[in-house]
Amino acid sequence: MNIPMEYGLLLAVILFCIGLVGLLIRRNIIFMLLCIEIMLNAAGLAFVVAGASWGQADGQVMFIFILAMAAAEVSVGLALIIQLFKQSGSLDVSKVNKMKG
Amino acid sequence: MKDLLWLIVALPFAGALILAFAGGKLPRALSAAVGVGSVSLSAILTLIVGYEFLGDTTPYLQVVWQWFDVYGLSPNIGFHLDTVSLIFIFIITFVGALIHLYSAEFMWKEEGFVRFFVFMNLFVGLMLILVLADNLLFLYLGWEGVGLCSYLLIGYWYKDPKNGYAARKAFIVTRIGDAALAVSFYILFMSFNTLNIQNILMEAPETWTVGSGIAVATAFLLLGGAVGKSAQLPLQTWLPDAMAAPSPVSALLHAATMVTAGVYLIARTHVLFEIAPIAQHTVAIIGAATLLIAGMSALYQHDIKKVLAYSTISQIGYMFLALGIGAWSAALFHFMIHAFFKALLFLGAGAVIWVMRDEHNMFKMGGLWKKLPITFWTFLIASASLSALPLITAGYYSKDKIIWLAYASDKGSKGLWLAAIVGAFITALYTFRMVFLTFFGKAKAEPTHRPGWMITIPLVVLAFFSFAGGFIELPDNMGHLTLVSNFVEKTLPATTLLSLQPSTELIFQIISAVVALVAVFIAYKLFFNKPFPAAVPQRNAIQQFFFKGWDFDLVYDKLIVEPMVFLSKINKNDIIDKFYTGLAYIARQLNVLLSATQNGQLRWYAMIIATGAILILTIIFFP
Amino acid sequence: MEIFFYIAGILAILSTLMVVVAKNAVHALLYFIVSLLSVSVIFFILGAPFIAALEVIIYAGAIMVLFVFVIMMLHIDSSDDDKAYDFMKPKVWIGPSIIALILVVEMLYMLFSDSYHPMANHTISPEVVGKLMFTKYALVVDLAGFLLTAGIVGAYHLGQKERKNLHRYLKEEHDKIETS
Repeated sequence: MNIPMEYGLLLAVILFCIGLVGLLIRRNIIFMLLCIEIMLNAAGLAFVVAGASWGQADGQVMFIFILAMAAAEVSVGLALIIQLFKQSGSLDVSKVNKMKG
Repeated sequence: MKDLLWLIVALPFAGALILAFAGGKLPRALSAAVGVGSVSLSAILTLIVGYEFLGDTTPYLQVVWQWFDVYGLSPNIGFHLDTVSLIFIFIITFVGALIHLYSAEFMWKEEGFVRFFVFMNLFVGLMLILVLADNLLFLYLGWEGVGLCSYLLIGYWYKDPKNGYAARKAFIVTRIGDAALAVSFYILFMSFNTLNIQNILMEAPETWTVGSGIAVATAFLLLGGAVGKSAQLPLQTWLPDAMAAPSPVSALLHAATMVTAGVYLIARTHVLFEIAPIAQHTVAIIGAATLLIAGMSALYQHDIKKVLAYSTISQIGYMFLALGIGAWSAALFHFMIHAFFKALLFLGAGAVIWVMRDEHNMFKMGGLWKKLPITFWTFLIASASLSALPLITAGYYSKDKIIWLAYASDKGSKGLWLAAIVGAFITALYTFRMVFLTFFGKAKAEPTHRPGWMITIPLVVLAFFSFAGGFIELPDNMGHLTLVSNFVEKTLPATTLLSLQPSTELIFQIISAVVALVAVFIAYKLFFNKPFPAAVPQRNAIQQFFFKGWDFDLVYDKLIVEPMVFLSKINKNDIIDKFYTGLAYIARQLNVLLSATQNGQLRWYAMIIATGAILILTIIFFP
Repeated sequence: MEIFFYIAGILAILSTLMVVVAKNAVHALLYFIVSLLSVSVIFFILGAPFIAALEVIIYAGAIMVLFVFVIMMLHIDSSDDDKAYDFMKPKVWIGPSIIALILVVEMLYMLFSDSYHPMANHTISPEVVGKLMFTKYALVVDLAGFLLTAGIVGAYHLGQKERKNLHRYLKEEHDKIETS
């Protein structure tokens, strides 16, 4: 097929930027973690598109690793979020700024 | 016996050390014995060494050890004995011993008795170093040291702040001279690579041409140092205030020895002044001006010690005048005689003040000539010597020689002679004003007690020398005895005279004799047995001007002190310091600024990371 | 075939946008799952069926389910801060939007300054991927294993119930407070 590689990468870029915006404007920590997942997914898409444009499987292997990493990160991150909820009683990230100054 | 020279200097230091460490625990009589005995032993040793030296007058150098050796500057602790320094150490130890004996009784009831003798012994030791030093750095050690002792002794009664101010003023004003002296040492070392006095005096005429800029500059700087220590124009303001010291201190420091350190310095470095004739002429002019200014100020004082202080300034003016016209031996002769009668005057005044319950005002004294006979007669002999009454006093021979040479020397002039004669008139006038006011007239207060033997003996001895000391140097037409001139001219050059008629000298001698007698007569007419109801007479503006010593204090205050105080007031926050505190302030402001970025908000950090990533991306991939 | 790429692309973008502006957490998650499914379609079109399957199984099936579990456990109800839509105020989203916009523009510039590279035209089967993974990238597989182990241990430890270890002298005080 003749989909240019640039269009695929463009899609990845747009998804990444949407995830970035979401990370910066949400206050709820769950949503921030979700936006991080969006960004990871977009990066993986970029890898696969690049691999497919060369016709090699390296891109897919990279995506598998990204997937593994995302899984580990989500599990630990959610455990931390549970602790945060227990400590401060809310999921608002702007309420936990004791490390300021 | 000449190699006991070092002992002459070491004995007063030993006395000072013993008293400093153990004086508090010794009984008072023993401390007095140590204090007086150390200087007396020095005096005896001086007589012994001097007697041996008179037989063979080649200069004798005794180096004790080398002080240090840095980059070619290698001063020694060395004592150089020649005729000039012998005269000085004789006066210092002899008059010093007598004054120490006097102060043993005078200061007996003082609480800081031991402290006094520590400082006095220290002073004698340092003054001996000053006159015996063989290099300028060692001389400067003695110079600065006597300034320190002067400060310590003027402020001896430290509980009264006025004494502290007087001591501070003395120290600071002499310090200005000391700074000029130090600069002259730098120039001398740069030019000759040594500070040894004899080496400099030999090399200077060969290296520097007569009247060259560097010679004149060095001579003027040396003169600046001398002027500060000897209380001449323009640095004479400290000596009248230094009368806050006890009378023995005034006698030793501010009459006989410390203030003559300037005379010694100029005499010692005479070669440098001879190759800078302008400087030497300035010395004479300073001497002449000072003797007139100080004399006129002395005429209006009511404090007996201040009269004597101005008198000292005036007489040292005579010595400077003599140095300036090349009359080296006359200057040293007058120094010797002046030491005798001025010390005696101060000691006598001290005795009077002491028995009159610390009363300094002459107008409150009177009628003491019957009640304190010995004091009166010794005081009278000293006053006669100071006024240079003809033929019978030592002062006549020494002062008249200077007045004659002011006219007759090839560097003198009629103007200098006129100044000297007028000065002699004024001297006799204020001296006998002082005598008549203090000892004659109606008694306004009774003395409390008579002075004891420890006070009387020094007075008598000094009176004898004030009378007879002049007979060793008689003028040409009176016997032509030139013991002192011959003695001094082994070291210092002879005075070159204009060729004049022999009768000229006789005329001038008669003129100076008449002047002195007329002045005594006028003083008699004005002040003898006259009633002075007011303790301090009313003064009009002119009299107030002279009373304040021509108000140099006011001039210095307005010119120097007030701008300094003003500048330090506006610089209260220290502008230079602002630079360093400013750096600290900037660092703190940066801290405030940067710590605002750590606000603990997670989204803020994420934003910063995103912005940073974009920036890096931009920098890498775009030009 | 290409038309599906564009449709799936647009669907992915739209659903991701809805994730970002959703009020309810579960709604956001569901939108995200739609996005993942569209991306999976794109993978299939690009000739990576193995990855397409993995995306659905692991990402949408495991990770998102984990999210759902946590959200249920924490009893997040609608009365949260995000309900106030304060992220919709201009002063909140204008800054991040500008940053993201700059990024997009840069990327666009970089991507479209050269000529177009067309994609390769064949499907890559799982065997090729597997072979590559265990020969060339064997070390990285091991590292991924480390990572996952660390994740398990960390998650277990962080999820534990709190056990207070009091000094025995403080135990009496603590027991008194607990029972009173």
